Amino acid sequence: MYETQYHRASSVQDAVSRMEAAGEGKYVSGGMTLIPTMKQRLAAPSDLIDLRHIAEMQGISVNGRSVRIGAATTHDEVASAAALKAVCPAICHLAGHIGDPHVRHMGTIGGSIANNDPAADYPAAVLALGATIVTNRREIAADDFFTGLFETALEDSEIITAITFDAPAKAAYQKFANPASRYAMAGVFVAKRDNGEVRVAVTGAGANGVFRQMDMEAALAANWSPDALATVSVDATDLLSDLHADAAYRANLVKVMAKRAVAAA
Amino acid sequence: MGVEGIGARVARKEDKRFLTGKGRYTDDMSVPGMKYAVFVRSPHAHAKILKVDASAAKGMPGVIDVLDGKQILADGIGNLICGWMIHSKDGSPMKMGAWRPLAHETVRYVGDAVAIVVADSVAEARDAAEAVVVDYQELPVVIDASKAIEAGQPQLHPEAPNNLIFDWQIGDETATDKAIATAAHVTEVTIHNNRLSPNPMEPRAALGIYDAGDDHYTCYTTSQNPHVARLVMSAFYNVAPENKLRVIAPDVGGGFGSKIYIYPEEIVCLWASKRTGVPVKWTSDRTEAFLTDAHGRDHVSTVKMAFDASNRIIGLKVDTIANLGAYMSLFSSAVPTYLYATLLSGQYDIPAIHANVRTVYTNTAPVDAYRGAGRPEATYLLERTMETAARELGVSPAELRRVNFIRSFPHQTPVIMNYDAGDYEASLDAAMQAADWNGFAARKAEAANRGMKRGIGMSCYIEACGIAPSAAVGSLGAGVGLWESAEVRVNAVGTIEVLTGSHSHGQGHETTFAQLVADRFGVPLDSVNIVHGDTDKVQMGMGTYGSRSGAVGMSAVVKALDKVEAKAKKIAAHLMEADESDIVIENGELKVAGTDKSVPWFQMALAAYTAHNLPSGMEPGLKEGAFYDPANFTFPAGCYICEVEVDPDTGRTKIVQFVAADDFGNIINPMIVEGQVHGGIAQGIGQALLESVHYDASGQLLTASYMDYAMPRADDLPSFQVSTSNTPCPNNPLGIKGCGEAGAIGSPPALINAITDAIGNNALTMPATPQKVWAAAHAAK
Repeated sequence: MYETQYHRASSVQDAVSRMEAAGEGKYVSGGMTLIPTMKQRLAAPSDLIDLRHIAEMQGISVNGRSVRIGAATTHDEVASAAALKAVCPAICHLAGHIGDPHVRHMGTIGGSIANNDPAADYPAAVLALGATIVTNRREIAADDFFTGLFETALEDSEIITAITFDAPAKAAYQKFANPASRYAMAGVFVAKRDNGEVRVAVTGAGANGVFRQMDMEAALAANWSPDALATVSVDATDLLSDLHADAAYRANLVKVMAKRAVAAA
Repeated sequence: MGVEGIGARVARKEDKRFLTGKGRYTDDMSVPGMKYAVFVRSPHAHAKILKVDASAAKGMPGVIDVLDGKQILADGIGNLICGWMIHSKDGSPMKMGAWRPLAHETVRYVGDAVAIVVADSVAEARDAAEAVVVDYQELPVVIDASKAIEAGQPQLHPEAPNNLIFDWQIGDETATDKAIATAAHVTEVTIHNNRLSPNPMEPRAALGIYDAGDDHYTCYTTSQNPHVARLVMSAFYNVAPENKLRVIAPDVGGGFGSKIYIYPEEIVCLWASKRTGVPVKWTSDRTEAFLTDAHGRDHVSTVKMAFDASNRIIGLKVDTIANLGAYMSLFSSAVPTYLYATLLSGQYDIPAIHANVRTVYTNTAPVDAYRGAGRPEATYLLERTMETAARELGVSPAELRRVNFIRSFPHQTPVIMNYDAGDYEASLDAAMQAADWNGFAARKAEAANRGMKRGIGMSCYIEACGIAPSAAVGSLGAGVGLWESAEVRVNAVGTIEVLTGSHSHGQGHETTFAQLVADRFGVPLDSVNIVHGDTDKVQMGMGTYGSRSGAVGMSAVVKALDKVEAKAKKIAAHLMEADESDIVIENGELKVAGTDKSVPWFQMALAAYTAHNLPSGMEPGLKEGAFYDPANFTFPAGCYICEVEVDPDTGRTKIVQFVAADDFGNIINPMIVEGQVHGGIAQGIGQALLESVHYDASGQLLTASYMDYAMPRADDLPSFQVSTSNTPCPNNPLGIKGCGEAGAIGSPPALINAITDAIGNNALTMPATPQKVWAAAHAAK
């Protein structure tokens, strides 16, 4: 690791000020990707500005079916939040299967979404739930937020402060883990709203990161059952191919995980 | 056996320090003035070094010095060598290219060391290493061994045209060809044995200390065999003569073979310590370990197995290409020859065998012994072929094996080995019973109702352990003898130290070796200490590998104990005015049989050292040494059965049952043996299901971290059902065969046989990843 200056920000404004004063600063909110990358000398921020201890970014609130998760909330807190589990157990299940206990006690939802790792779990939930990403400057719809591999709509020094969404009528997440890293090789989050709208988001498989599978959405909107997906063909063209899984196999996994998610919802 | 003697389930003495974080590993060692080393490594798989410019790096903060390959050459440090000479079938010696500890002309794999930076801290050394400018001229690269021996491919070493190191054979080709020509059935298969990274928990490390006052070197290092390290560094690398070089291998966190060899780093740290005048410590990081620890396996073989009309094997012909990587590591030549092809008879009576083995240089990390070393390759090849043959012949896999088992001993195979004892059918029966083989059909049907494909597979393995008779291996090309030495030192108060040349790096020697003493003299285990891992303390040794510590190392202890016992009885007889033939040793006392006269063990020991009243002419003291050279290899064997369920939608394999029935000969500590079997099976399952080293076409290592190299984890493994049915080894005093490698040898074919049974497609290579299994299951439809 190269030398870096660590800052513990006390407020969102404090964090922004420190970032703007830094040479090559980087926000850290758990650092479960960033710190290993720095240890391998593949990233060298001059300053690390820690967002995890900012009070206004903590905690989960549920009002009726309206959910707000502070961006600095850890995966473990999401996994074990009873009020959230009552309205949207799928996101709790997802959070409880990220990484290992160490990761779940350090990593945060905001950090995960801002990083937008193409194999991370949270982006699938955020996209399928049609969530809103609240920042210190604006509100961004999930459909507009994820713009490519490790790319998002966030601007320089912009900070995610919360994720908000309305709890769906039904939802579930199923992933097939990479045998080595245990990241998703294909993870599918399905969500059905009270108005019948269905969203299906896929992580781990897309060459450009998380994406919505529109054919599945249409099929499931017409008939919410695993069998409805039998005739949907998943195009492998824009799927990832790597050491562990080629695009054709990932296409199969997307379909199998989608079916299992619908069955589990 | 007593509660602490031979056969007792004694908890491991060493675990207290390991489990409480009190172990002392090489990286824990710290000496005054010590500095830290980082190696500059080649980012290219093959390149000429045009220039090494360290001028900027030398001026960086904390940097003591930067040393390169030209300097180590100028100082007369020798090439790394392979210590086992193999001759090709045309009589020519193997073609060994030069391996410099620091490359000065050519780099041949990604990770090849080019320079060492010594600095006040690791961070400063790393910063400076990045500032060393190496001007490379890239050369074409070859990764695949089968391709590397074709004409027109990139050449690694001028000594080895077409990258061919040797073209060796064993057995009778004419007789084998004749058997194949007259066979009722010939099974033909191509067998791939995947390349593995050894992954000991503790990465390699070295601390080189040069004492200018005494012109003496000390090397702390992660070695399975510190005396061998000293011998090789003295005799071949010209680091220092043996009397001026002390090698200490303190606690070592796993080896699996990868810490047998002497690598560039320990040599360079010793040399750099003299050059810089400071002690120099290097500790590998995990990426360096993936890049530079010697890999294992990497064979491709074609096999023809010939059967007569009654399904008896009448001939076996094997053609193997073995990838040895960019350089010949210390025992690399022995692994695909005498540790592999000599086991190709397996548990079967095969009248004619011929194997041809070509070993090949490629632009990859060196390949050497990894848990099992050659024997897993032989077992996988044979047991996959047997399974394939059973399917082709339409007979049950158990029946085909039964028909062909060796049933009388000693048995001379056509490939050198003379099996001394065994009962293969007993292991097969025990495993089939434990696995409820006969109930499989019902379980398969039940799984099918759940949409799962259930399969079952077996593997009957044999291995040669207890390496090895020195004269025999010498005649086959080994550069060393493979005896072991021990010294038993009884202190004046009766406590006992056993100094052994075996080295424990997870095997539990501090417990099992002490059990021998407790058993012999009836003294408490706590009064016995095992001393190992230091060339200044332990007289001599050949180290721990090839499941040899029990069969060879303990046998040396037994010989030394015999001498101690004889002298102790003489002293006791003298003290009690009895005849020494009437003295028996029980429960820590030397007694005159049939009387109530006795002398406590400690009193006898005190008498040996006060020397006030010893038999006339007897030397004072009670300390005896012995060397033991085995009469033969030992032959552990067994039967493993694996049952799996494959999810046809995803290709994911779940191991639902794993049974191991082993014959290890006599057992000193059943709990430790079970632990060895569990660990070995876990590694074997790792090879079969998860692990594989991948390079891309340019020679970059794709699996350089745990993000891409899949290790077995607890949730990949079932609870193992292990049992033993033992035939004692007739060739060593304890009747021990060895158990360290069996699990890794026997398990991969059982697993692959089970998966291929489940999916109904025999075309599957290791590791059986979900993607491969899914594709193979779909191809079978």
